[in-house]
Amino acid sequence: MFENLTQRLQETFRKLRGKGKLSEADVEEALREIRIALLEADVNFKVVRDFISNVKMRAVGSEVSASLTPGQQVIKIVNSELTELMGGRESKIRYAPKPPTVIMLVGLQGSGKTTTAAKLAYLFKKQGRKPLLVAADTWRPAAIKQLLVLGEKIGVEVFSAEEGEDPVEVASKGVDRGKFLGCDTVIVDTRGRLHVDDDLMAELGSMQKVIMPQEVLLVVDAMTGQDAVNVASSFDERLELSGVILTKLDGDARGGAALSTRAVTGKPIKFVGVGEKIDALEPFHPDRMASRILGMGDILSLIEKAEAAYDKDKAVELREKLKTAEFTLEDFQDQLEQMQKMGPLDEILRMIPGMSRIKGAADLQVDEHHLRQIEAIINSMTPEERRNPEIIDGSRRRRIARGSGVRVQDVNALLRQFNQVKGLLKQFGGGGKAKRRAMRKGIIPFLQ
Amino acid sequence: MNAANRKGFLAGFSERLVRTRQSIVGQVQSLIRRRPVVDSEFLEELEAILIQADVGINTTERLLSGISERLKESRQREASDEEVVLRALKDEIVAVLGPPEPLRKAEEGPTVIMVVGVNGTGKTTTVGKLGHRFRAQGADVIFGATDTFRAAAIEQLEIWGERAGARVIRHEEGHDPAAVAYDTCQAAKARGADYVILDTAGRLHTHVNLMRELEKTKRVVGREIPGAPHEILLVLDATAGQNGLSQAKTFREAVDVTGIVLTKLDGTAKGGIVLAIRDSLEIPVKLIGIGEGIDDLRDFDPIEFADAIFYDLDA
Repeated sequence: MFENLTQRLQETFRKLRGKGKLSEADVEEALREIRIALLEADVNFKVVRDFISNVKMRAVGSEVSASLTPGQQVIKIVNSELTELMGGRESKIRYAPKPPTVIMLVGLQGSGKTTTAAKLAYLFKKQGRKPLLVAADTWRPAAIKQLLVLGEKIGVEVFSAEEGEDPVEVASKGVDRGKFLGCDTVIVDTRGRLHVDDDLMAELGSMQKVIMPQEVLLVVDAMTGQDAVNVASSFDERLELSGVILTKLDGDARGGAALSTRAVTGKPIKFVGVGEKIDALEPFHPDRMASRILGMGDILSLIEKAEAAYDKDKAVELREKLKTAEFTLEDFQDQLEQMQKMGPLDEILRMIPGMSRIKGAADLQVDEHHLRQIEAIINSMTPEERRNPEIIDGSRRRRIARGSGVRVQDVNALLRQFNQVKGLLKQFGGGGKAKRRAMRKGIIPFLQ
Repeated sequence: MNAANRKGFLAGFSERLVRTRQSIVGQVQSLIRRRPVVDSEFLEELEAILIQADVGINTTERLLSGISERLKESRQREASDEEVVLRALKDEIVAVLGPPEPLRKAEEGPTVIMVVGVNGTGKTTTVGKLGHRFRAQGADVIFGATDTFRAAAIEQLEIWGERAGARVIRHEEGHDPAAVAYDTCQAAKARGADYVILDTAGRLHTHVNLMRELEKTKRVVGREIPGAPHEILLVLDATAGQNGLSQAKTFREAVDVTGIVLTKLDGTAKGGIVLAIRDSLEIPVKLIGIGEGIDDLRDFDPIEFADAIFYDLDA
């Protein structure tokens, strides 16, 4: 399956490095990959088509920034277009000038309306508001009970009636109840329904007329496929949605539905559900979603950080040294410094696509500690020792260990590791293979 | 709104598929009218149709290359004969779906079916419908309420139990699901029940601990009843996109899924992910959900399915 757009783009652009401007052919090649990425992310086919043609217009002829490859340049443009399309900034709840603010949650079966209703209520409560939950799904077995249980868990009152009662009436009474109780926010949970079900869609229309909500939010499962456009546009035509809540984003769905719903309704995504816990509801960040849909992690921030921190002259110097296998511990030290300018290691790693799925990624702090230790060891060496590690004998090792607060074994391990790298470089004459292997092993931490 | 009213809207299976059929046939026909020759542009438009049905890029490409091959073989380079194109498409889809596979049954003792899936796909409803179907065949059915996590999931299953005429074994919310599974198996053995259907909690396949919990439930069941669970059905929402593949893959790795129940086919979603799953993971679709009523669960027959989509061709 398609996992890493960045990697594929880099492959595509390997032969194109060093160009000053993006040609039409460059862009087309990159956009082919982007198109696949978007379709794999379940962005609607037609939305993808329009999007790709927009990006193409913007990208052809644009200057390639000196520190980026053409592939990265295209990603940058794609990403900013995507972010823009998804609404630029996060969008807030529209409160009524005169309380209560009424919020209606609508959507297909199983999208997560009831859970989201409770999460929203909890969020409002934490913000110091006084919410009321209204159980207007009188159809699904035990839906009312579900909301009652959740309400009790979070300490929010739930207005409910018997199963089978008229939902419009329940909603209307619920809003009255909210007013009576002095609640400032009333959240109405409705029954899941198909957008093609005329009767049930009409029912929502009458409910809306009666309770006049400030917000009608469509709850959409992040795993939804191509059909998201049909669902969103039908609900929007019928009810004039005020926004969307995207649920189940804690899975590995890339969430192209976010882009699709936005594109066909023009309505903002206001919240995202990110877990089963009651507080797992967050404001929506269009930029993060853009990266996710592209399957790139937060690669853009990573590119920015690398650009800001990387010293070009040193990179060139290092590359030369690697070719002649004159790589010393001093160079190693430089590398570590450059990397630290980019920020905490675990933060950097989190920006790398697919990282969250790698086992043991939670132990990253250990690695960070290890790097600091390496740095301390090298810092405790004399410049002479760094240039000629061969002179480091037993007594020097003990001194270095004392100076850096580590055990002698740690110093030994570092020197051994360093010699391995050097050996590898020598063996292959500093060619690409050895370099890549060293990078893969993480021995040379940051190398272009 | 009661169930009887809903019937009028969702009358029968083929009626529901009319929507799918009309759109695909209509699109292909209008294609043919516009472009009499099979060229790359024509195939691109076919690609659009399939991708919009959530078939996914890989499977779409496989289908299309298959169709091109068939067209070449039939020496009908011209696609003015719409029957040739439609038959090729249908044959290709049937080929990917493979032969129909019925639900497995234990040779002796109770047949145990575990129903698993991500949140909100319709597991509890499917358990209810499945129980009703077995009851209608005269079998004795027990439900195990192993979804002890979601608020009121147990109550929901109890209501379905009443409707279907199945006994429900339950603990309190928050209890160990494996313990519920154990008790359900014990009850089934004591009573000589024919079917045990376990309703498990919805879980995103990326939550490792929850997947382990599912493995544990499966192990317990296997210890209590030899050969069980006989079926592990993954409930998949027809509106699911490409993530459906990831779901199928992870659930299969954890508990060895034996079949798929494709639910919510009564909307506009085409459920094309079924093709992708069958194509790359070889998990067969066994049942389909086509409505909210207790009878709205059918066997999945790949040929019938394709026939219904391309029903005009055989008429």
